[in-house]
Amino acid sequence: MIEFRAVTKRFPDGTVAVEDFNLVIPSRKITVFVGSSGSGKTTLLRMINRMVDPTDGDIEIDGVSIMSKEPVALRRSIGYVMQNSGLLPHFKVIDNVTTVPMLNGVPKKKAREQALELLDTVGLSRSLADRYPSQLSGGQQQRVGVARGLAANPNILLMDEPFGAVDPIVRAELQQETIRLQHELDKTIVFVTHDIDEAFLLGDQVVILEKGAKIAQVGSPTEIMAAPASDFVANFIGTDRGKRALTLKKTANGTILVDSEGRGAGVLVGGSELA
Amino acid sequence: MNLLIEAVQWLFSPERLGGNNPIPVRVEEHLFYTFLSVVIAALIAVPLGFYIGHTGKGREFAVGLSGAARALPSFGLILLLVLLFGVAQTQLQIAAVTAFVLLAIPSILAGAYAGIEAVDRRVIDSARAIGMTEWQILWKVEVPLGLPLLIGGLRAATLQVVATATLAAYVGLGGLGIYIFRGLPLQRYDEMLGSALLIAALALALDGIFALLQQFAVPRGVSAGRAKDVRTSSPRRRPVAAKVAQERRG
Repeated sequence: MIEFRAVTKRFPDGTVAVEDFNLVIPSRKITVFVGSSGSGKTTLLRMINRMVDPTDGDIEIDGVSIMSKEPVALRRSIGYVMQNSGLLPHFKVIDNVTTVPMLNGVPKKKAREQALELLDTVGLSRSLADRYPSQLSGGQQQRVGVARGLAANPNILLMDEPFGAVDPIVRAELQQETIRLQHELDKTIVFVTHDIDEAFLLGDQVVILEKGAKIAQVGSPTEIMAAPASDFVANFIGTDRGKRALTLKKTANGTILVDSEGRGAGVLVGGSELA
Repeated sequence: MNLLIEAVQWLFSPERLGGNNPIPVRVEEHLFYTFLSVVIAALIAVPLGFYIGHTGKGREFAVGLSGAARALPSFGLILLLVLLFGVAQTQLQIAAVTAFVLLAIPSILAGAYAGIEAVDRRVIDSARAIGMTEWQILWKVEVPLGLPLLIGGLRAATLQVVATATLAAYVGLGGLGIYIFRGLPLQRYDEMLGSALLIAALALALDGIFALLQQFAVPRGVSAGRAKDVRTSSPRRRPVAAKVAQERRG
């Protein structure tokens, strides 16, 4: 469990990225921070592994304040996956994945064995182990990034817009993989995105943020869609328009769902008595 | 044309290997001053450049220093230092080497800090985020990736010093300049041109060696993906590299 308590972050130039932020992030679930740019979502994420230190307030992991921990040791105990993979360009795939275990003192041979298993886990061929990141596709690089994030077998995995730079088809694939990995490995994942569809797809708990990391609404995707807490949320998730504002339309051949433009969006299966 | 032929004849005459001024001995002296100066300059400028590149502190200082140092007239500098240090043999050597070191520092400093600055910030950020210490970031990430530019700095410095080491002969320290300073009053143009050609050849040979080193210093993962890099690399990398090249030329 990760707990934010009255966390404030003021940058030296005076901008307040986060103000009096309180949140509990449950263990072994995916929590998604979603908001537009400037909402402070990345700042929140980076505070968990002390890449950014809060100006005020405290963050606890399983009841222990992270401020009592040494930043380097803390970061090695938390997986981190970033946009554009952030792999070291001069390290081979295998060496990128073994970096953190080796820093933690795991013997090279053992670290390599585990790294090869991790390549299997993230769905990469072991034959890619000796390639350099620049020789891989964007999607493959991102999988290596996830393998590296998992290498030290952390309980917590931070993912900062990890799929922002890959094309939609690969992104959809990686999103499914993330869900599968979460089911298999049971990690606490904190995920940052500006894409509400991605947030609803992945999140057990979705946190919608306004400017200054003000929480607009927290809840499961169902809860948020069923009862948007404000106009801001309704507008952000698009229940007032577009493809999430669906209405039933009776046609000669049966009832279908149409979006706000009147285009067919799907069919109603089960619950047809509503129609 | 005649002069050129005479110069080449002078250069390849068997007498050059003996007498008071055998060429091999003078080449040795010339290279000794060059390498000693570049090594001392590197010992000063590389750690300083790494510090500036890693922390971003003192960058304005380094840019200003480099610019100012480039404007120093090397001939005047040597004479000034000789006047300051004295005219005994060791004092002359210290004065000359000090002047060459001062000449070499700006290029090496610029190469060292620009090499580190040119590393993609996101790569450094992710290295920190996965738990590397600042020291590990420097040695495992920034130095290997910045090495080609550092070697470029050493290359520029070596070229400058190997050319300027000619002036060592003016204060009686030998090196290949001896033929020029001896030939001048005697109007021995074949000797002056011949030795100048030799110095130029020496400079080109050293430049060639550094060019090779620079090639080898590009980390494999970086050169492997180079064709792709044009599209995916950070926009910061190229302007910085171009700027260094420009500074070095200027």
